[in-house]
Amino acid sequence: MAAGAGVALASPAVRAQAAPRVVVIGGGFGGASLARALKREDPGIAVALIEPSGHYTACPLSNAVIAGMREMKAQHFGYAGIEDDGIVHIQQKAVRVEPDQRRVVLADEVRLSYDRLVVAPGIDLNFEAIPGYDEAATQLMPHAWKAGEQTLLLRRQLEAMEDGGLVVISAPANPFRCPPGPYERASLIAHYLKTHKPRSKILILDAKDAFSKQRLFEAGWGALYPGMIEWVGLSFGGAVTGVDAGTRTLRTEFGEHRAAVANIIPPQRAGAIAALAGVADRTGWCPIDPVTFESRLVPDIHVIGDAAIGGAMPKSAFTANAQAKACASAVIALLRGRDPGEPKLINTCYSLLAPDYGISIAGVYTPQNGLLAEVDGAGGTSPLDAPAAVRAEEAAYGEAWFETITTEAFG
Amino acid sequence: MTRSLVSVPPTARRGEIVDIRAMIAHPMETGYRMGPNGAEIPRHIITRLVCTYGGAEVFSAEFFPAVSANPFVAFSLIAAESGTVAFEWTDDEGQTETASAEIVVS
Repeated sequence: MAAGAGVALASPAVRAQAAPRVVVIGGGFGGASLARALKREDPGIAVALIEPSGHYTACPLSNAVIAGMREMKAQHFGYAGIEDDGIVHIQQKAVRVEPDQRRVVLADEVRLSYDRLVVAPGIDLNFEAIPGYDEAATQLMPHAWKAGEQTLLLRRQLEAMEDGGLVVISAPANPFRCPPGPYERASLIAHYLKTHKPRSKILILDAKDAFSKQRLFEAGWGALYPGMIEWVGLSFGGAVTGVDAGTRTLRTEFGEHRAAVANIIPPQRAGAIAALAGVADRTGWCPIDPVTFESRLVPDIHVIGDAAIGGAMPKSAFTANAQAKACASAVIALLRGRDPGEPKLINTCYSLLAPDYGISIAGVYTPQNGLLAEVDGAGGTSPLDAPAAVRAEEAAYGEAWFETITTEAFG
Repeated sequence: MTRSLVSVPPTARRGEIVDIRAMIAHPMETGYRMGPNGAEIPRHIITRLVCTYGGAEVFSAEFFPAVSANPFVAFSLIAAESGTVAFEWTDDEGQTETASAEIVVS
């Protein structure tokens, strides 16, 4: 597995003749899609994917797992397909990057040389942002914002809750992973509660005044779950300023809420390796060139997916996959001495409000003034007034999209 | 005319410095914008906030078009005795919104 690492110090002349080496950190939608796109487009490139986990747990549709509509194993994807493509999966953690030597250091101190490095670490939760909400508190007030054990913990808490309980969801300010996610989650929890614990209520405390697909969500809540979901925005005192995990209490500027089940979605930042590699700035996210996705801070390192500052592009699996393909083309062009073309990127986010009720938002993005900007008039959302059949179709499209993207990323 | 939120600690020790917070939902329309039909959108802002404690004015603020929508004000008071902390916002049209909270000083 790490046999290639020993030849790290070959002279530049020798290296120039060898296959160009690309190292990818992170085996999520961004990193996995990118590794495969590289191999597909240019099989002559040696690609190594550094990912400590033996499988990936996908976030899209994990809200359905929380609501008991879907089993966790449907979210798991292995790396066998990636290995079959000739990509080396190194099941280790990257602990450091030495950009001057163009090397990645693994947990066992093995060094991997690269010609181009792609960093796709996703997000880390910021445990300094909300007083009282640290790693230990996640066991009592789950975030469930990285799919896995936390997803199942939130599900178990909802299952154990008595009818009539108050579920409080704390949503962060922008930017964060999956902008419609907290509201899809509220919808699907409401679906579960309506079916099993109909006297219960959901309160969303939000650190912002507006959210993705807001009118569609609010119309859907009115139709499907009347009186069940209350949303409190920033201007009405929605920002959570502290929590007490022991009593499941959330504090705001103007009051306190005691929850039966509390889901704290804290502010986020790029995965830790981004800061260690020097590609994250003071915001915690990674500034990039929107044409090549190369870091604005460190040469020869590209950043894609949630960790990157994507301008108008939301942080989603769809975005990570789209950026992966555009970045792969740019990396190949740079390695082969060609000019990378301007990418045109698409994002679509489907959200479920109930098993047969889906809505979507789509956008098209191009580089503009150094950022990814939305192309006016190219995207849009589902119609506000639509018959049930349209909502059911969109729910099915969402599931079909998940099949497509996971097949593309993981095989 | 709208909705407001205030935060006053329910209890305090005599002489204690306490944090007071007040927010009102208001568009704070500056009067400098044009609507989609090219017509001027008339100015509509909160012009004044007055806070009284035990009937005496302890804090007041004048607001201007540069103040953001949903103005949020925080200040501190010395808890002298038990009483009502009352707030009154006045807007361009002379409409007022009031809110109050009791503080028990021991």
